[in-house]
Order: sequence, then structure tokens, then C-alpha cells
Amino acid sequence: MKFRHLVGAAAAALFAVVSVSGAAQAGATLDAIKKKGFIQCGVNTGLAGFSVADSQGVWTGLDVDICKAVAAAVFGDANAVKYTPTNAQQRFTALTSGEVDILSRNTTWTLTRDASLGMMFTGVTYYDGQGFMVPKSAKIKSAKELKGATVCVQTGTTTELNLADFARANKLNIKPVVFESLEESKVAFFGGRCKAYTTDASGLASIRAKDAPNPDDYIILPELISKEPLGPAVRRDDVEWFTLVKWVLYALGEAEESGITSANVNEMKSSADPNIQRLLGVSGDMGQKLGIDNAWAFNAIKQVGNYGEIFERNVGQKTPLRLARGLNATWKNGGLMYAMPVR
Amino acid sequence: MADQDRAIHVPPRPSPWNDPKIRAIIYQIVLIAGVVALGVFLVSNTLTNLEQRQIRTGYGFLDQEAGFFIGETLISYDAASSYGRAFLVGLLNTLKVSVIGVVLATILGTIIGIARLSQNWIVARLASAYVETLRNIPLLLQLFFWYAALTNLLPASDHAAEFGLNIFLSKEGLRYPWPVVEDAHIWALIALPFGIAGAVAFSRWARARQMKTGRQMPLLWPSLVIIVGVPLIVWLMGGAPSQFEIPEKTKFGHDGGAAVTPEFLALVLGLVTYTASFIAEIVRAGILAVSWGQSEAAAALGLRRGPTLRLVVLPQALRVIVPPMTSQFLNLTKNSSLAVAIGYPDLVSVANTTLNQTGQAIECISLIMAVYLTVSLSIAGAMNWYNRRIALVER
Ligand SMILES: N[C@@H](CCC(=O)N[C@@H](CS)C(=O)NCC(=O)O)C(=O)O
Repeated sequence: MKFRHLVGAAAAALFAVVSVSGAAQAGATLDAIKKKGFIQCGVNTGLAGFSVADSQGVWTGLDVDICKAVAAAVFGDANAVKYTPTNAQQRFTALTSGEVDILSRNTTWTLTRDASLGMMFTGVTYYDGQGFMVPKSAKIKSAKELKGATVCVQTGTTTELNLADFARANKLNIKPVVFESLEESKVAFFGGRCKAYTTDASGLASIRAKDAPNPDDYIILPELISKEPLGPAVRRDDVEWFTLVKWVLYALGEAEESGITSANVNEMKSSADPNIQRLLGVSGDMGQKLGIDNAWAFNAIKQVGNYGEIFERNVGQKTPLRLARGLNATWKNGGLMYAMPVR
Repeated sequence: MADQDRAIHVPPRPSPWNDPKIRAIIYQIVLIAGVVALGVFLVSNTLTNLEQRQIRTGYGFLDQEAGFFIGETLISYDAASSYGRAFLVGLLNTLKVSVIGVVLATILGTIIGIARLSQNWIVARLASAYVETLRNIPLLLQLFFWYAALTNLLPASDHAAEFGLNIFLSKEGLRYPWPVVEDAHIWALIALPFGIAGAVAFSRWARARQMKTGRQMPLLWPSLVIIVGVPLIVWLMGGAPSQFEIPEKTKFGHDGGAAVTPEFLALVLGLVTYTASFIAEIVRAGILAVSWGQSEAAAALGLRRGPTLRLVVLPQALRVIVPPMTSQFLNLTKNSSLAVAIGYPDLVSVANTTLNQTGQAIECISLIMAVYLTVSLSIAGAMNWYNRRIALVER
């Protein structure tokens, strides 16, 4: 009880201490995953649109779908995934201590995390930026007006750092109230303790849509104060697993670029385009090069859909989050999503 | 005589292995070696593991720029300060809550403990109800309750309730005027220990006089006058600067002056009311431990109830009360680490943030543990010292 919230971190630290780490030879993660028959995926504790569990314990969301796609590529079964909900603070230890195989949890790719936490980012699944949400009644039009305001923020996030940078650069003297859990920060913000709540704009859209007593009473300010490229990460000691996850992401992007969807993937198999043939494993040995079945991309696309489908299904215009593709459109449509060539 | 006996019955010297003394030493050595080996194994294993996972180690980060703000600080701090300073801010915030919490919980607990023994039925019942309710609900829930109550019930920050004298209460907390600090204030603060020393000297003298002449002197009021008076005189001599910084209305509420945040309020409320319920029981048990005959004897001597409690019962009860009280003080201090749940920037909260920014979990956790260990040992040490002192007085 006394150190309740410490227990997680301490346990993880202890785990790092006592686990005589398995030999860090390349491919160990994939071997272990194949042996246990599922992928352990670190997700958010509950952020609608990205990773959230329903009353039956079924997980959905953009971040969840990434894990499913990897499972489909490895096992041919998108449901061969087990989920570990992690809060902002626990997530990195959960990954580096070996508790999860992938961390797919609205996590920003930064130098510190990439270079010094024992992990590597495999790509970007959502290009985001940090924004502010305020009550409509406060009549605030821009984040620059938040001089001297109290702002609720969650600990262990890039959000906390960006807020400090932004406040410093604009001489705003913002007073942060820092919470450990998303739950309490929402209680405080919607209770009126803070004038603004800040996190990734996608997170704001999700919280506004799902947690606000009345979404229309809150607005998300137009400016974004940072770059938040969100993506999955894996442990640093296994380059093969890193490569595999990275290329599953590219496969999802490549599928969208070439017009392959979960609906038409079967027909596409007979496409004359050699690029499509290689991607879907009709020709070449792309899957084998990654150490998995040649139908890896086919299975991922068939069972989970291409990147565009995943986006629209979870956070797109027809969902409560109503997020536009924006930066997350393919490069052909003026966005940043650009898949490396599968060949 | 013993020598003679031994000369006759001396048993053959046991082989060293069977000699209990030597054996005991061997066991000790084996035990120590085991503990050391385990320690070495854990540390080296950790270091290899961390290195293998390419996780940085070491305490070098402590003088790097922290880059995050802390909502309330006792010393100057901003985002450009170092992680080390951030830790210090967190530590001071923890100490602030603990010291205020311990003092208030002791006062409240003592009142309730005595109230439970009151001859007034309603007072006694209310006190029992308090104890039974509060100590049986997990503290974390109580903290959430207080925090939600404060954030929801207080008026919005741009419609703060004003109590006159420029004191404002809102969701931002309590804001009140605060003296603009000048040299005279600092001198007055320095004079405070002298005032306290003066009061102690006075009460010693009064006691000695009472011993000699049997005449009693009032103690409380003169002591208070000395404690407050000495700094007051220093302040007056310093020109009695009395300029106050008054909270000013800003776009979002008030700024300036001094403030108590809802996070701090909720934490102190939660810790004090919870710990007081345990302290009340300790006080009650301590008083009950003094046999009734003592009170009767005091009454027979013509002492009224107040002096009986103060001069006869409490000094004896304290012997029973102090040791368990120590663990309550320790509990309160350690429980203050729940602060992070309701957004109060205590040591754990700051360390958590640092941990996540730097990724150096083991270093941060070890710092937290070292700090709590030091604080706990200090409290225990001080209480043990006090315990020995009162035990001595009791012979
Ligand atoms: N992208 C940022 C922020 C990610 C983040 O943790 N966001 C919060 C607020 S939306 C969250 O998801 N919290 C959920 C939780 O901790 O359970 C980062 O990687 O640091």
C-alpha cells in the first residue's frame, strides 16, 4: 500500500536484476514467439481509437491492429496476440525487461528513447503533434494565451517536456499539475482543476470523444507545439525481430499505395504487377528472408487490412475521433506515409 | 573453587569443528560470505544485463538539465534547473507534507483519543465512529475522495470565493497575502530558536522554583510570550517592514502572494485524518494503561481533572504511547508517497518523471529508497532519543 505505485517500477527493476538474460543472439525473440505461439503486445491502458478493451476484454484500436498485423504475418493468425496494458510510466520497462515483445502504444519516437533506453522504434504509425484542450467557456483561442494557467499533464510523457519547452519559449509561466495515471488527470481536468489539458492531438480527440461529460463543451486548440511521431518499438538486442516488425509496417503501407485491401487481396494475388506478386508472396522469397511464411503480407492485409483501412476503422472520419488523414495520408496523397520498396 | 572442580573433570578438548564457539564463528563467516556473494552476484548481473540491453547507467544525469516544471516548490526551481535540484524540490515537498502531517495528526489524534474516553456519551461515540470509519478505508481511496471533493466543490478559479483580507479560495487552492521578505524577517526567523530556548530556560527556572518554594508559576502563557516575543522584538528593531504581496487577479484566477494547492490540501487532509485514527487508538490505550488508582489518588489529593491528566496520567501514558507513535510517524511519511496519485509533486512524483525522461530506473529507485530510509531512520532515531529521555524521567 505504502509504495503501491512504486511496486511496478521496482518489480521491473528487480526483474532486470535477477533475470539472467537469455542469450541475445539475433532471432531469439522470433524463436521464442514461435515457441509460445503468440505475441505479447504492450498497449495503452485505454485510449479509444488506439488501444482499448471492451467489456468482453476484446482489444481494438490502431495500435492494437499493428500487433495483430504482426501476428498475422508470423502465425497467419491475427488473434495470436496477448495484450499487456501499460501506463506512460511502465511502458519502457515492460518492453526492455522482456515482459512484452512489441510496445505499440502511442509512443513518441525520440532520440533519448531510441538511443539510451535499450529499445528501437520500428517506424511511424501515426504522425502527430501535441495540442491543448480547453473548456469552450474559457474563450481561449490560442495556446499562447495560457499565461499563468494551470495545465494538467501526465507524467512519463514527452508531453511533460514539450509543455516546459513551450512555456519557457513563450514566457507563459504555466503551472503544471502532474498525474501518474490518465484516469486521475482526466478527473482533475474535467473537474475544472486545470484550465487546459495537454497531450498528443490524437489523444485529445480520443479523450474528448470518449471521456468528456459533453464533448461539445471542449475545444482542441489549433496549434500543435511539437512533433509526435508515434510508433511501435522493440528491444534493442534483436535486430531480426526489429527488421520483421519494421517490414510488416511497410507492407501495410505498400498495400495501401498499391490499392490492395482486405477485400480485394485474394484477387490481387493474380495481379500481373511483379511488385504486388512479390508483396503477396506469389513470387520471390520475401517472407523467408524475414524468417517467416511467404504469405506474411498477404495474411496481414487479409486479416487486418492495409494502413488506410486500419486508420479509417479506428480513428478516421467515421469514428467518434473524426481524425483527418492529414500527415498520415500516403505520400501520393500529400502525406508522409511512404513504404520502402518490398524487393 | 571452580578451578579445582575443573581440574578434576576437565573434558578432553573438543576438536575445533565441534567447539560451539568456533562453530558459531564459522557460521557467522559463512553467512556474511553468502550475503556478500549474493550482493556481488546481483550487482554484477544487473550491470551485465543493463549493458547487454544497452541501457545507460550511472548517476551522471543528476546534473543535467531537467527540462520539466514542478507545480509547487519551496526553493527556486525552473525547467533549466538540474535533475539533482528537481530531486531536492521533491524531497522538500515530501518533508513539508510529512512535518505538517505529523504535527496535525498528533494533535487531532490526541484530541480524538481523549474524546473516546470522555464521560460524555455522544462525544465518546462520535470519536469511536471516526476511528472505526477512517482506519478501515484504504488511504488511497480517501485521497481520491478528498481530491475529487476539493476539485469539484470549490468555486472555479475565475470566480474565487473571497474571505476579505485578500484571501481567495478556488479550484486553484487557497491564495493569501504573504510578506515581502526583507532582512528583518530573516533576522526574526533566526531569533525564533532563541525565543524557544528562552521559553525552555524559563520553564526550567519555574520548575526549580516550584521545587524549592512549592509555589506554582503559570507556564503556558509566559512561554508563548517569550517564543513569539523575541522574534517580534527583533522584527520591530529591524524597522517592522510590513509590506505584503497581495494576490492579484489574472486572466485565469489569482497569482502572487502565497498559495496552498488543492493537491497539497487533499494530501494533508487525507494523511492527517487517516493517521489520526491510529494515533487516537494509541493515545487511548496509553491512557488506559495508567491504572485508575493513579487518577483516584490524584483526585484524593485534590487535583482537578485537567491537572490530573496533565501531571499524573499523561507523563506515565507517554511511555506506552511513544514507541507505537514512532511507527505512525514513519507510516505517515512513507504514505505521503501516494501523493503522485493526486498530482502533488513529492519526491516519488519527481523521481518518476526523471525516471521516464532519463530511463534510469535503477538509479532513480535507489535514490528514492535511500531518501526514505534516511528520513525513516532519522525519525526513528529522534523518537528513540525522546523515548529514552521520558523513560529516564520516570526512573
Ligand atoms: N506520445 C507521448 C504521450 C503518450 C501518452 O502516454 N499519452 C497519455 C495521454 S493520452 C496516455 O496515453 N496515457 C494512458 C495511460 O498512461 O494509461 C509519449 O510517447 O510520451
